[in-house]
Amino acid sequence: MKILALETSTEYCSVALWHDGAVSERCELVGQKHSEMLLAMLDVLLQDSGFGIQDMDGIAFGKGPGSFTGVRIACGVAQGLALGANLEVAGVCTLEALAQASGREKVIAALDARMGEIYLAAYEKYEGTWVAVIAPCLCKAEDAPQVTGAAWHGAGSGFAVNGAALQARYGEQLGSMDAQAVPQAGAVAQLAAIEFAKGNAVDAAQALPLYLRDKVALKTSER
Amino acid sequence: MKLILGIESSCDETGIALYHTERGLLAHTLHSQIAMHNEYGGVVPELASRDHVRYALPLVREVMKQASCTLGDIDTIAFTQGPGLSGALLVGASVACSLAYALNIPTIAVHHLEGHLLSPLLSDPAPEFPFVALLVSGGHTQLMRVDGVGLYTLLGETLDDAAGEAFDKSAKLLGLDYPGGALLSKLAQHGSPGRFKLPRPMLHSGDLDFSFSGLKTAILLVVQKNAQDEQTRADIARAAQDAIVEVLVKKSLSALKLTGLKQLVIAGGVGANQALRAQLNQAAQQHSFKVFYPDLEFCTDNGAMIAFAGALRMQQHEAQRDYRFNVKPRWDLQQFSQAD
Repeated sequence: MKILALETSTEYCSVALWHDGAVSERCELVGQKHSEMLLAMLDVLLQDSGFGIQDMDGIAFGKGPGSFTGVRIACGVAQGLALGANLEVAGVCTLEALAQASGREKVIAALDARMGEIYLAAYEKYEGTWVAVIAPCLCKAEDAPQVTGAAWHGAGSGFAVNGAALQARYGEQLGSMDAQAVPQAGAVAQLAAIEFAKGNAVDAAQALPLYLRDKVALKTSER
Repeated sequence: MKLILGIESSCDETGIALYHTERGLLAHTLHSQIAMHNEYGGVVPELASRDHVRYALPLVREVMKQASCTLGDIDTIAFTQGPGLSGALLVGASVACSLAYALNIPTIAVHHLEGHLLSPLLSDPAPEFPFVALLVSGGHTQLMRVDGVGLYTLLGETLDDAAGEAFDKSAKLLGLDYPGGALLSKLAQHGSPGRFKLPRPMLHSGDLDFSFSGLKTAILLVVQKNAQDEQTRADIARAAQDAIVEVLVKKSLSALKLTGLKQLVIAGGVGANQALRAQLNQAAQQHSFKVFYPDLEFCTDNGAMIAFAGALRMQQHEAQRDYRFNVKPRWDLQQFSQAD
């Protein structure tokens, strides 16, 4: 099975090809220039692999949470590729991608959500499968949901921006930390491969973002 | 013989269309977000983007079905690159370019205003080049000389608010729902002309520029000074509409006189305004020129004009395959024209 994955929810742009468990990946720091880089990077990745988009079995994308615009670029491109190549899609939570990439078994994943908040989830690996013990949520670092047990690994930009508050919150439960970790397409591809194998892939039109922050403006009646 | 898929997502309408260079417009469909933004009293850019990403793909499928075409039949995908809301533009651009990549076909980036400018050519009878175009919408008010596809000379434009914005803001002052332009026109039908005198900004400025921002201040004063009975509101609406329409008509006539051209094309959402159409028709008879309007469905943002502009642009070999889909939220049409 061959899955093409893309991740654009942060200032990085990454693409990956999962081919029966082997992952090739390209990742670049692009700031806000995902739209200029993404398809060109995909094209180079495919050319290097010797495959075309028509040879793929599915499209995977980082569905968020993350930059709204970035996540929509991933969704829009996943939609277009999947529609054009007649493929199904699987969206992967960026927080779970952080857990996957960490190489640990117990991960608190947190991404900076701006406006003094973070996107946070906690995952534990049971028999090779990630279980979300805290479902992805939007919160202030000091109000982050509690976890049980020790030896948790903290991953993601949430620990860079709100490191002190999260360390105060989790104290000695937090055994290690990688605040520089970013969700990348390689991890997205690995997690999506599991979904494709389970038959959980969906139609191209269902390539939609997971925003978590839903209140983005006040209605006239609320002002 | 080419089939072009057009994708428009620059503001609050997702428009998708299929245009065939010989058979004409095969199918078009539109999802308007007006009802959603209404609750917020204006377009919320983030919500607009969120809506586009939900509707773009289903609408592409819908036009393919309407036209009984398959994706493999498409030769080129045209999409609105700007100007407009950047997040909204990016949705259309990302779907357009990735679909084109997967289908191994080229894309054409279309200027939103060029789409509007050329949309009257979709109607019958259609104007012939050269003509003067009045672009009037919620975001734009410009007079352009159009000598051909890509040959645009800016004659004048608004220095502040767009005419459609003036309609909507006046409507808001009268307590009408957003976007109130059309509601204001409806209310104005019951108004008596001349009861309230409003300024005609820049009517005698000697150039072809517009200014509408002062009008809302004048209307605010009138609203504050008068009782809000139904007749008074209608009279104010009438005064607001008369002021905006008179400026648009007079400046259009000046543009025709200056250029010596005999065809005037009206494009953009305000082109649907019946009072504007009536006065322009009357002026056209008096001053013996011809005035052209796009069909009502093509006055507002739509995919058909993007597919059509893409088709015309394609004749100039502009389709490209580099699939970088950067958007241009601010993009001057004249610069775009000169760049060619």
